[in-house]
Amino acid sequence: MAIRERLSGNEAVSYAIKQINPDVMPAFPITPSTEIPQYVSTYISNGEMDTEFIPVESEHSSMSATIGASAAGARALTATSSCGLALMWEELYVAASNRLPVVLALVNRALSGPININCDHSDSMGARDSGWIQIYAENNQEAYDNFVQAYRISEHKDVLLPVMICQDGFITSHGVENIELLEDEEVKNFVGEFNPEHYLLNTKEAMAVGPYAVSNYYMESKKAQTEAMKNAKQVILDVAEDFAKMSGRSYGFFEEYRLDDAEYAIVIIGSAAGTTKDAIDEMRNEGKKVGLLKIRVFRPFPETEIAEALKHLKGVAILDRTDSFNAHGGPLGSEVTQALFNAKCTMEVRNYIYGLGGRDFKVSDVKKVFEDMEGLVTEGKEVEQYQYIGLRG
Amino acid sequence: MKDTVEIRWHGRGGQGAKTAALLLADVAFSTGKYVQGFPEYGPERMGAPITAYNRIGSDRIRIHSNIYEPDYVVVVDETLLESVDVTAGLNPDGAIVINSAKKPEEVKEHLRGYTGKVYTIDARRISVAALGKYFPNSPMLAAIVAISGVIDRATFLKEMENSYKHKFAKKPDVIEGNMQALKMVLQEL
Amino acid sequence: MATDISKITEQSPWQDLTVGNQIYGSGTAKLFHTGEWRIAKPIFDSEKCTQCLLCTPVCPDSSIPVVNGERGDFDFDHCKGCGICAAVCPFDAITMKEGQ
Repeated sequence: MAIRERLSGNEAVSYAIKQINPDVMPAFPITPSTEIPQYVSTYISNGEMDTEFIPVESEHSSMSATIGASAAGARALTATSSCGLALMWEELYVAASNRLPVVLALVNRALSGPININCDHSDSMGARDSGWIQIYAENNQEAYDNFVQAYRISEHKDVLLPVMICQDGFITSHGVENIELLEDEEVKNFVGEFNPEHYLLNTKEAMAVGPYAVSNYYMESKKAQTEAMKNAKQVILDVAEDFAKMSGRSYGFFEEYRLDDAEYAIVIIGSAAGTTKDAIDEMRNEGKKVGLLKIRVFRPFPETEIAEALKHLKGVAILDRTDSFNAHGGPLGSEVTQALFNAKCTMEVRNYIYGLGGRDFKVSDVKKVFEDMEGLVTEGKEVEQYQYIGLRG
Repeated sequence: MKDTVEIRWHGRGGQGAKTAALLLADVAFSTGKYVQGFPEYGPERMGAPITAYNRIGSDRIRIHSNIYEPDYVVVVDETLLESVDVTAGLNPDGAIVINSAKKPEEVKEHLRGYTGKVYTIDARRISVAALGKYFPNSPMLAAIVAISGVIDRATFLKEMENSYKHKFAKKPDVIEGNMQALKMVLQEL
Repeated sequence: MATDISKITEQSPWQDLTVGNQIYGSGTAKLFHTGEWRIAKPIFDSEKCTQCLLCTPVCPDSSIPVVNGERGDFDFDHCKGCGICAAVCPFDAITMKEGQ
């Protein structure tokens, strides 16, 4: 029986953490994710959960302690944003290469500088090649649902990789919206117990974690890691299917909105997808054939599936909430374009950078992008390959 | 499609405009509505101008941008009228309510030609009379409910009482004072 | 994925490594005979040795076994012949000899 509630995204993720009741949560506060450890430690103080909460002195330590706890055999997690994620840099790679199924509640925030506390994806996109699974949310409901699914993915024996559950700082993390929560028992049964095959505190088996690997081993171990990331694709779909049976809410690698008969589409990640949907409805009423592909799973990158979903379009606009500063686009732009190229798709493709440092992304921005794309295709109007939108000047 | 009511709050850091917006979302939610309540965040400090928003409707709300064409505007601190364009984009069929001891026609000159309805409510007088202290957010919350009609008045009072009982379980006089403030505003508007 | 690490070598294909290169077992360094690297050998003279035990803690390969408070002859499976023990011995009870 679904519980009707209204919660902020941070409250929603904290509620999922309470229902999962993991073993260990080391954390260090940073805006806008601070509320998550605050809510969790309050739940613990109130006796509503018994996770071991470890206050640490930095994010380098919070991720280190999370890794240590996971290697010891505990179900572990932490939360962070922006510069906090940057301070975990080395440990992100350690968690992934040691194949530890930890979960990170990431609340996306611009990574300095100029220093800024608002939303963009420069923090998690910077970590896109660290070996973590990355799942993004459009709203508080998705942040909650994704978190409930996280451990089933990360702990699967074919995967054993850390998972980053991302949501947009302030926009969803601090915005209160309606949400349907699952019963405690449903979540508990869905997530299940963590029973690692090998763990440091096992008195029956001595083991060592994180050994040095000489060149003769290193590349083979990286190949094994990348195969695990490939395996994650099927596991993510299987877990989503089980989740849909329980909740009635379906998830895949991405969501298609009015895409089937569309001629032009926007590819986007996160809360801006909701704004895009409203704009699409308005434009559809004016007879424009426009649609959306909202990325949920960015790592592993569902390359062939994305190309299949987009192949019938005349124009695709890929919107990045971060810039790669490579002078030719953003990370989503690069990867979707590669997917289309590999699938021999030759429609017009443009890459836009939007919403940096909390710049509001509006219905009018969406319309401008679609108008650009239509003008490009039907009238040969010049549209820069890569440009900023919502910018002065 | 536009059955969603959009409300923009203008206040100063520390006056409770954000809290009022979240409370309005809470109360509207409890009447079965779909809601959004969110502040515009920055490095705000006490006294800095802040903005908060509400969307309230009968369908799930997907849009995640700020509100540029609100149906209603609430001004929690009238000194903002000088520096902030509070009626920017405001629907002329909607209304603005300002916390002020002045009459609506006296504040109109600051509203940059806004042609819609203008209301004022003296939240200071009401708050001091009911609570003995100046907390403008409860009176202003009641004012926007009265003017916008997003929630039925009786339901609003019932839900607010539940909310205060939960929040101030150990301070019955605070519950009573706040309820008194809400009722005084509803009588005036 | 393998779990028996004794079967993993530098020629193992990637499918045969353990998950995350984890090592199941302890004291596995014993299996690796660093004694093969030796180009000079320490010779222990028990006559000159006063059992001061200064040599034991400085040995990087734990190749000086101590039983009941007294050191014995070297563990040549693991002694790399580095000569630190000979350098610290105050009584010339250890001398380095070229060769295995």
